[in-house]
Amino acid sequence: MALPNKPTGELPATLDPAIEELETDVLIVGGGMAACGTAYEIKKWASDDTKILLCDKAALERSGAVAQGLSAINTYLGENTSDDYVRMIRNDLMGIVREDLIFDCGRHVDRSVFLFEEWGLPIWKTDDQGKSQDGSKGLSPLKDGGKPVRSGRWQIMINGESYKRIVAEAGKAALGADNIIERCFIVKLLLDANEPNRIAGAVGFSVRENKVYVIKSNAMLVACGGAVNVFRPRATGEGMGRCWYPVWNAGSTYTLCQEAGAEMTMMENRFVPARFKDGYGPVGAWFLLFKAKATNTLGENYMQTNAEMLKQYPPYGLAKVPASCLRNHLMLKEMKEGRGPIFMDTPTALSTLSANMTPKEVKHLIAEAWEDFLDMSVGQAGIWAGMNIEPEKVGSEIMPTEPYLLGSHSGCCGIWVSGPEEDWVPDAYKWGYKGMTTVKGLFTAGDGTGASGHKFSSGSHAEGRMVAKSMIKFFNDNKDFKPAIKQSSKELADIVYKPVKTFMDHYEKTTAVDLNPEYIKPNGFQKRLMKITDEYGAGVSTYYVTSGAMLKRAFELLDMLREDSEKMAAGDLHELLRAWENYHRLGTVESHLRHILFREESRYPGFYYRSDFDKVDEDNWKCFVNSKFDPEKGEWSVFKKDYIQIIPD
Amino acid sequence: MPSFVDTQKCDGCKGGEKTACMYICPSDLMVLNVETMKAYNQEPDQCWECYSCVKICPQGAIAVRAYSDIVPLGGVVQPLMSSDSIMWTIQFRNGNQQRFKFPIRTTAEGSIDPKNDAHKGKDINNGLLTDEEHDNGFSLAQPIAIHGK
Repeated sequence: MALPNKPTGELPATLDPAIEELETDVLIVGGGMAACGTAYEIKKWASDDTKILLCDKAALERSGAVAQGLSAINTYLGENTSDDYVRMIRNDLMGIVREDLIFDCGRHVDRSVFLFEEWGLPIWKTDDQGKSQDGSKGLSPLKDGGKPVRSGRWQIMINGESYKRIVAEAGKAALGADNIIERCFIVKLLLDANEPNRIAGAVGFSVRENKVYVIKSNAMLVACGGAVNVFRPRATGEGMGRCWYPVWNAGSTYTLCQEAGAEMTMMENRFVPARFKDGYGPVGAWFLLFKAKATNTLGENYMQTNAEMLKQYPPYGLAKVPASCLRNHLMLKEMKEGRGPIFMDTPTALSTLSANMTPKEVKHLIAEAWEDFLDMSVGQAGIWAGMNIEPEKVGSEIMPTEPYLLGSHSGCCGIWVSGPEEDWVPDAYKWGYKGMTTVKGLFTAGDGTGASGHKFSSGSHAEGRMVAKSMIKFFNDNKDFKPAIKQSSKELADIVYKPVKTFMDHYEKTTAVDLNPEYIKPNGFQKRLMKITDEYGAGVSTYYVTSGAMLKRAFELLDMLREDSEKMAAGDLHELLRAWENYHRLGTVESHLRHILFREESRYPGFYYRSDFDKVDEDNWKCFVNSKFDPEKGEWSVFKKDYIQIIPD
Repeated sequence: MPSFVDTQKCDGCKGGEKTACMYICPSDLMVLNVETMKAYNQEPDQCWECYSCVKICPQGAIAVRAYSDIVPLGGVVQPLMSSDSIMWTIQFRNGNQQRFKFPIRTTAEGSIDPKNDAHKGKDINNGLLTDEEHDNGFSLAQPIAIHGK
């Protein structure tokens, strides 16, 4: 013990942060694939005097979900049609999707992939002999007819360690480094003082110096990822950071927009990926490229032995590739009935594949298997190294993870946005500007866009580019708008720095800086949130089961957690970042559970179950569930919205 | 598998413009202690093991020790980056070793042309992106058939 207490971080927070007021025409919040797509495209549409600013809470070179790299691009249509792309996603997401948004993504996405390759991303190719070659061998690029290596109907393999660095370099070069503020975390959006339901700006702070940014903007993109570490993970300590989706995705996109009054959609949806246990390394290449089988402890392929269960969920279970949640549903039966652990039989797969190969080709195959981890999930390689798992010799355990909330991968929670302005798009789906939320001037993309999953990295980038064009069109049509902010900059700075004030007011009263009855540190706050979601909100500890009664209890506890969010304390800038991230997590979780409570069915068996409504109810619930927060009254409303089938079966 | 810093090798990037690991960490974990001029991981249980700090460290001072609550000690996974490829060394707990080299980029770093002028947008009202407008062979797909709207 070393009295007096002092903040533990290296960058202490102070009570009087500097205030920097900025004005821009378009503000881009976030720096991942979608935001980099916007950054690349937007200046090409804007007049030279249009001001554009991007704020990223990290460094663009390694921010967002692709920071670590990827081993595949999961959406490349190639010879497929957008119509079939819609059909695949509609089935995977149990029937309720925005087909206009998906179709639109599908018809543009390959263009982003062409750009990635032109910029220097190595993409695996199939050569004249039908052998796979890595992306450095100089074979024809995709846009000139080069043949990719498909690991599935929609996926192509890449050497993607530097995927994000390449995409960020292009975004930065196009937007100009002077128009990017890194390590600036936007924590609240600001509505216009005069015009109702109109975005006017945002407030955030620097994670490197004591400075608050108050930014006025005419149009705005909020695209800062999904929500991770919102449910108790399977790890018990350090491994909490080894989540499947990036640990820094804190639900900011959802909370920022919903607090500003944006209509949300399908927030009940979640993704529970079945992955290599604990390291959450990808299984797609093992299943699809290496043709490996997953078996229970009796050696049975549970997808075959439990095939009957799929018939209970027509048409989603009967498709050639059953919906992702249903594949989990079959695995969970094995685990619940004690026939785990489930193993991926990697030795059989590799020995079958290498039966007719030369030693050199076998070596190449083993390298491909490792690259799958090393490009995007190095931690899984660490687990294999530490546990002596050599895949050609022993299998590796797979297991469903804790739940994640996202809109670009195999999930579809997010924000209700306008579709493209085309005749075939239903009127209820479009209100002028593609990608605009129901708040005038506020746009989203990537994980933010609801009811349109399976965009992945490439689709998020393409969507970001489409929204760039749309935002400039909006700005051109609304050039006379002068954003006005209700609060003074000082008042806003006080809101942003409230956790610092709370810390300063009380930290000297006890002998341990983290233990004080007057406040709660972000770390403890996050763990309480995770305990509530896990125990009552269909986390791993109940095998993803909840009910009306359990959700009611969750909300009683969440209400008190929300009260305590006023008492979060931060002694340094890193902790202030964590405080606001966890505030964003709370808002996202509340929205998720509010939607699950409203939807009185179990739409996604294997992702979550309502024990009191344990069936897919096509008669009553084949519809969107949307919700909306009224920022004036502070009230939520949750309601049904019609699903419209655009593309025939 | 949180990253850790070798006391001997870390020089706090004192010769550089910025502390490289602190600059790059997407989770804001790597920080410099200015008294010792050494960097460290301030919150290991929020480390995604993305290896961004390991890859960028100019001194090769950063490595990773597997998550203590999951992984037995003794494994090593260490990269060495060059401008166009990455070399990985995997050492298993039992001492076995594997090495892999993969390409990471086919162009020089900093060489990307954003084409702001060459691909200036033409028609703000249609559904085309700038590179699509400049490609005469591109046509925007429409649904083959419509079920309803």
